[in-house]
Amino acid sequence: MEVYEKVCIVCPRGCRLTIKKDETSLKGYTVEGNTCKRGAEYGIKEVTNPTRVITSTVKLKSDHLNRLPVVTKGGIPKAKMMESMKVINNVEVKPPVKEGEVIIENLLDTGVDLISSRTVEQ
Amino acid sequence: MDSYEIVVIGGGPAGLAAAIEARKNGVENILVIERDKELGGILQQCIHNGFGLHVFKEELTGPQYSERFIKELKKMGIEYKLDTMVLHIDEDRNIEAINTKDGLIQIKTEAIVLAMGCRERPRGAITIPGTRPAGIFTAGTAQRFINMEGYQVGKKVVILGSGDIGLIMARRMTLEGAKVEAVVELMPYSGGLTRNIVQCLDDFDIPLLLSHTIVDIKGRDRLEGVVVAKVDENRRPIPGSEVEYECDTLLLSVGLIPENELSNEANIEIDPITNGPIVNESMETSVSGIFACGNVVHVHDLVDNVTRESRKAGKCAAKFVKDELKEDSHTVRTIPGEGVRYIVPQEIRVENVDEDITLFMRVTDIFKDAKLVLENGDKTIKEIKKIQFAPGEMEEIKINASELKDGEIGDLKVSIQKGGK
Repeated sequence: MEVYEKVCIVCPRGCRLTIKKDETSLKGYTVEGNTCKRGAEYGIKEVTNPTRVITSTVKLKSDHLNRLPVVTKGGIPKAKMMESMKVINNVEVKPPVKEGEVIIENLLDTGVDLISSRTVEQ
Repeated sequence: MDSYEIVVIGGGPAGLAAAIEARKNGVENILVIERDKELGGILQQCIHNGFGLHVFKEELTGPQYSERFIKELKKMGIEYKLDTMVLHIDEDRNIEAINTKDGLIQIKTEAIVLAMGCRERPRGAITIPGTRPAGIFTAGTAQRFINMEGYQVGKKVVILGSGDIGLIMARRMTLEGAKVEAVVELMPYSGGLTRNIVQCLDDFDIPLLLSHTIVDIKGRDRLEGVVVAKVDENRRPIPGSEVEYECDTLLLSVGLIPENELSNEANIEIDPITNGPIVNESMETSVSGIFACGNVVHVHDLVDNVTRESRKAGKCAAKFVKDELKEDSHTVRTIPGEGVRYIVPQEIRVENVDEDITLFMRVTDIFKDAKLVLENGDKTIKEIKKIQFAPGEMEEIKINASELKDGEIGDLKVSIQKGGK
């Protein structure tokens, strides 16, 4: 039987999860050790298609600040992290930028947008 | 001379939350003083996500978190001064500050909220032997260079200290193309959150060397390498265990110190364990009318806890201005017992507790299958059982006002005892 031990990263609590393959259950896996629903979702995702939220910066043409912080609006496949950094580092943005504004649409065909994580007026 | 009802020193998450809460509690005339060129404090350089799960019920990056508070502060029309440095404060709540626009400013205020945060311990504080080349940074300095100024600080990196900032920087440097050779930790356990070990080190196969330290630094102009050695149970390097790591950059993530130069000027009593002001249930320091909150009081792991604590400081500063705080209440102390390093607040004036009060504390070591016990004399008030307690994770115990006002309550002791889950 496939059994995985993972530490949940959904919140700072860091629950130790045990994920077991179980064809009879609705999602194909059972999760133990979680203290919330999101932990169970994370556990299954982590053994089927692990994803991570990427945070980085892009070049900003402003007197006030050299870099604009950005974040993916949701997790992208873990395997695409380094490749997405290459794309992110080729972007240059001019203010004004609003928090939440899309900087790269559908990053590497993941279906996830990269958005600005702060407002820069000028 | 300018006069205000409340002046908040520091425009980071603590100062912003305190000022907003003071306004919500009916104080009109508030000023926030910030020495950086913008509000938001250290969160502006903490571009990673994971902030705000408790306060906003969603996962935000540092800049997103602070922007919510900055927007609210501006919407309320609370006055703030940027690029302004407070030079002096005194016990009578006189403030002297300076900036390039107003020059030297004299301010008189009814209440002060100290929210200056903390500083990083530098190389000098841990006395690593060796040469003094370029390429040695505190982790927070490197974070600012990379995330705000736009400089890549190095390509081959060793990180000393496995607190959260060190772990976050290991991932950040890796994503930006650097090779992180190792994270070196003196203690037998990491000082950071487990989830940061998973997503910052394990995800990128970065080794975490527990019970190791750096015993030599090599290089003349630029750092060329560090010598890492194992340590024994007394944290002394074990001869013969040295391994040299070639690197051009060393990041130090070796702890934070609350920034209390101003507190000392006002003769505020400092707790030798937290290095921050001794505070009571209202987050008021030993000097009447001077409050403190956030990392200037004790170093937090989660900004949501800073926000909660600072809202309380803001609310109580407002009460003080309105003369609603009782000075002559029955007072009890909180006493760290076996296995507990410190407790904040250190004093509780029982009559000022409205509904409940939360005690924040840290344990001294890793304790497995243990419980945290709150006692009043022989009587146990609360017990919290856990599979594991760790010094890197702040613990809290909430006490209801009714439990405090029940009969003759004495000093409250919190200790670690055997017998958890």
